[in-house]
Amino acid sequence: MDDLYRENILDHYNHPRNSGHLDHPTVTAEGVNPLCGDELSVELQVEDGVVTDVRYNGQGCAISQAAASMISEAVKGRPVAEVAQLGKEDVLDELGIPLMPLRLKCALLSVGVLKVALAELEDGPQPEWGEDTSGITWKSG
Amino acid sequence: MAVAPVKTPLDAERLKQDFPILAHPPGGKPLHYLDSAASAQKPRVVIDALVDMYETSYAAVHRAVYSLGEAATERYEATRDKVAALLGAADRREVIFVRNSTEGLNLVAYGYGLKFLGPGDVIVSTEMEHHSNLVPWQLLAQRTGATMHYLRLGDTGELDPGSLAALESVENIKLVAAGHVSNSLGTINDIPALARWAHDRGAVLVVDGAQAAPHRPVDVAALGCDFYAISGHKMCGPGVGALWGREKLLGEMDPFLTGGGQIAQVGLERTTWNELPYKFEAGVPPVAEVAAFGTAVDYLTGIGLEAIHAHEQALTEYGYQLLSDLPGVTLYGPAPPNRAGVLSFTVDGVHAHDVAQVLDTDGVCVRAGHHCTQPAMRHYGLVATARASVYLYNTVDDLDALAAGLAKVRRTFGV
Repeated sequence: MDDLYRENILDHYNHPRNSGHLDHPTVTAEGVNPLCGDELSVELQVEDGVVTDVRYNGQGCAISQAAASMISEAVKGRPVAEVAQLGKEDVLDELGIPLMPLRLKCALLSVGVLKVALAELEDGPQPEWGEDTSGITWKSG
Repeated sequence: MAVAPVKTPLDAERLKQDFPILAHPPGGKPLHYLDSAASAQKPRVVIDALVDMYETSYAAVHRAVYSLGEAATERYEATRDKVAALLGAADRREVIFVRNSTEGLNLVAYGYGLKFLGPGDVIVSTEMEHHSNLVPWQLLAQRTGATMHYLRLGDTGELDPGSLAALESVENIKLVAAGHVSNSLGTINDIPALARWAHDRGAVLVVDGAQAAPHRPVDVAALGCDFYAISGHKMCGPGVGALWGREKLLGEMDPFLTGGGQIAQVGLERTTWNELPYKFEAGVPPVAEVAAFGTAVDYLTGIGLEAIHAHEQALTEYGYQLLSDLPGVTLYGPAPPNRAGVLSFTVDGVHAHDVAQVLDTDGVCVRAGHHCTQPAMRHYGLVATARASVYLYNTVDDLDALAAGLAKVRRTFGV
């Protein structure tokens, strides 16, 4: 797996896109994997059923943080319903490499917090956990 | 590199050839297996013993009248004698086969703890324990109304010297649970001293020996403890383990698992237990695995636990120095020589998972995470470390590969 840390992952890890805070986020959420210490929080701006802006913050392994950065670029400007459907395949497509189950959890943290945040919207879509994200603790704000 | 040459009584390169996975690594790529603390590789003789049992001597043990059953029983019981001798047990009746150390420790919690502990009693564990020698006692405390106290970690990875004194005024201590060797810090605890302290207070001492028995000679009489749990899979054996306990205590305890094999007479009103050790071995046991565990014990004693220990000591000192010299690498646990071959470390700016992943690209196998010792990690402000551990089949070359891999980690992440 020499490619695992190929340039794009390291690039996103070292220079995360859409990192920081929104002035008036519509919804926020946090996820922590206590087993390894990966943490991510997300803030979303939602207008007329579209995710107009997004910010991630966090610390943890390269996979978890890079995935968040990549996903953040993928969700901007997309309808809530579409964003809620994002799952394992989308994250893997973004990362561009196969992941063993243990590291998959790292990558899914980014999508997980997104879903928990969206569930906070009025009539927001309830999170559907396609894959095993057991052990992760979620919090919505 | 100003590291002294390594003198060891073992020819580990030759010993590697005894282990199929190490002699012929999958995919033909180099393999530097540095995770024996999690589980050990198996030598050809143990694999053959397992298969041979199934091919020539397999039957359910203890209750068959036919000769095949007798053959199986002989090989199963032979392991009991070998483990008793390995641990210095006074009697073979004191050795009980279980799935692993975790099950052995739970056996004591259920069989001894539930029967003899009650409200107001105190259980003492330590901050460095593996969860398997921590959580069963927490649950026991909840169920019996007993209270937990902990011996705290000091700065160096040893137990804080004042931690025993801190419990001076605590009364009704009934059970003390401690690890012989820490699987995440490499600390070696003074079990004889803990045993004296426990017995002075009328408490029993339960020892998690999972990380000790594979790597050094163990004598439960000299240690003075009341129970000692080991895992066969960490000592080149299959997935079984054993619990040693003082005969008197085992006799007074309730069984943990009940049912076939561990009873004498079953009536609708009353059931009596089988004699030791069978009182604690319910159901048809993993016959072939226990037999092959005996072969693993023979393999280790053939090399000699003293020699294995000396080999690991030499490698540990080499590895500790090697890693200490690397920029950006921090080691945890006591400095050599009074520490075991378990090297936990962090790399500045790189998450432990990423460290382990990059190391894997060069066939270096280490563990990343909390190593089932979350309180110990938390004490040092950590969530996860990478951990390299050595065994009889590891060489200087394996540790050099680790160091080279860590240089690659730092290059990859630009730290």
